[in-house]
Amino acid sequence: MILIGERINGMFKDIREAIVNRDPEPVKRHAVLQTQNGARYLDINTGPTVAAEDQPAVMEWLVRVAQEASPLPCCIDSTNPDAIEAGLRVHRGKAMINSTTADQWKMDIYFPMAVKYGAAIIGLAMNEKGVPKDAHDRLALAMELVANADAHGIPLDDLYIDPLVLPVNVGQDHGPEVLEVIRQVKLLATPAPKTVVGLSNISQRCPNRPLINRTFLAMAMACGLDAAIADVEDDELVDIAATANIILNKEIYCDSYLKTFRQR
Amino acid sequence: MVMTVAIAKERWAGKCIEVTLGTGPKQVKIGGEATLPFLHFEGEIPNPPVVALEIFDQAPQEWPELLTEAYEGATGDPAAWARKCEELGADLVALRLTRTHPDGENASPEEAARVAAKVAEAVEVPLIVLGCGVEEKDAAVLPEVASALSGKNCLFGLATQENYKSVVAGCIANGHAVIASTPLDINLAKQLNILITEMNLEPNRIVIDPSIGALGYGIEYAYSIIERVRTGALMGDKMLAMPVILLVGQEVWKTKEAKITDAPEWGDHRKRAILWEVTTAVSLLHAGGHIAVVRHPESLRYVKEHIAEMMQPQKY
Repeated sequence: MILIGERINGMFKDIREAIVNRDPEPVKRHAVLQTQNGARYLDINTGPTVAAEDQPAVMEWLVRVAQEASPLPCCIDSTNPDAIEAGLRVHRGKAMINSTTADQWKMDIYFPMAVKYGAAIIGLAMNEKGVPKDAHDRLALAMELVANADAHGIPLDDLYIDPLVLPVNVGQDHGPEVLEVIRQVKLLATPAPKTVVGLSNISQRCPNRPLINRTFLAMAMACGLDAAIADVEDDELVDIAATANIILNKEIYCDSYLKTFRQR
Repeated sequence: MVMTVAIAKERWAGKCIEVTLGTGPKQVKIGGEATLPFLHFEGEIPNPPVVALEIFDQAPQEWPELLTEAYEGATGDPAAWARKCEELGADLVALRLTRTHPDGENASPEEAARVAAKVAEAVEVPLIVLGCGVEEKDAAVLPEVASALSGKNCLFGLATQENYKSVVAGCIANGHAVIASTPLDINLAKQLNILITEMNLEPNRIVIDPSIGALGYGIEYAYSIIERVRTGALMGDKMLAMPVILLVGQEVWKTKEAKITDAPEWGDHRKRAILWEVTTAVSLLHAGGHIAVVRHPESLRYVKEHIAEMMQPQKY
């Protein structure tokens, strides 16, 4: 299980203020904490309050600060291609682009960018028409992403398909569809693309958010989920990921497995 | 029509850790492979497996004549015996401190250290030092011997879950490597490696003893565990990436096939016993072993010949 730490995001108040004041400390603190807790990537998102023209500079600053504090690669998260490219330009190691949709014009921007910077990339199984209702339509869009990535020569195990998780109190009927997509994406190509979810989305505006996130993670892992953008600072969640990893025989058991999962 | 066959190659994420033993020109390097045993076409294999001959610190009481006669009277003097092993072509010498056994001579740690120092003086190849196998006694003996051999970069064992703290501390203080031994259980093997590295011994100073069985005595359990250790290492599991030692002689020479002389229906005793040792060693080298410790000089010769052949690159 590849955990992508979600915490360096301008959506959170402390990061938003850090961006406004150009104060590196909160960014560094979360970079270190998520690294210690078993993250494999740090998601970096300027948040919605930064003006579009400022986003590239802010992204560049966030990536630099995060990588000063942590050896991890970043998952560069924006809807603004200029911001993503600004992050990639200063990034050390193999980054992940977050994300393209299955719209042709977006794939024509982001897949060449992934090739240029040798980055992995997340492809959302949606397009301008919105999020599909069922697994079948999501898989059709996933196939578009696979075909386009392949045409650009992107190794398919560098493509992370995100089936799009909706809050369980809004789109309850999407839950089983998402799990089905996670299973079936593996049949689309050989080698199979990977799968990723924005885990915390499942519990937006619900009580018991950590419980819902943790339960969903274990269920999705059982369906073959490879990666999750998640609250890595939730120790219980990381323990569940480590335990599911053991039960799925992804790693050889030892008594210290909770620790080795975080060290990997 | 010319048919071409595409050779399937596995892409591995990790590799085995390289461990260096001994000092000077006869130093030995093991491990470092980026593929399964002898698959040269798939990944780099920087070091061949090596073979050690095992000696005791006293003339062995229970060895068959077939074994003792091979050393032409040298078995009474550990230093002379070690020198003989080196002449016979052993890559390393494994000294077993049987005199320290509480049920036998119960020799003190200091006496053991004196014998080990003499043996170390006598040879240039790296030394493996094995205790008597009683965990508590080994915990007292091995650190003392480690101190007497300080800086010689020897390999000390066995460190078990019960006594690893003392054995490892002795190795850390004196610049040696340690054998981490567990009873045919990959989960315990991984856990012991974690516990040892948590004492701050570098992973490149640990060698795994997974415990083995001889041919006909559970070799398949050892085979599959060693194989899983190797694939674990190649898949990136750093706590299973250490090289593997095979204590072949101690298992083989207690089997009836190696010991019984009057069984004509089993064929010639000498040939049978040596083949038992060679077959056990070679099989487990193919599972992923790095050091085979054998007892008969003929076994040493055969196993080394086999390794030399297997280290030839494939023609495809």
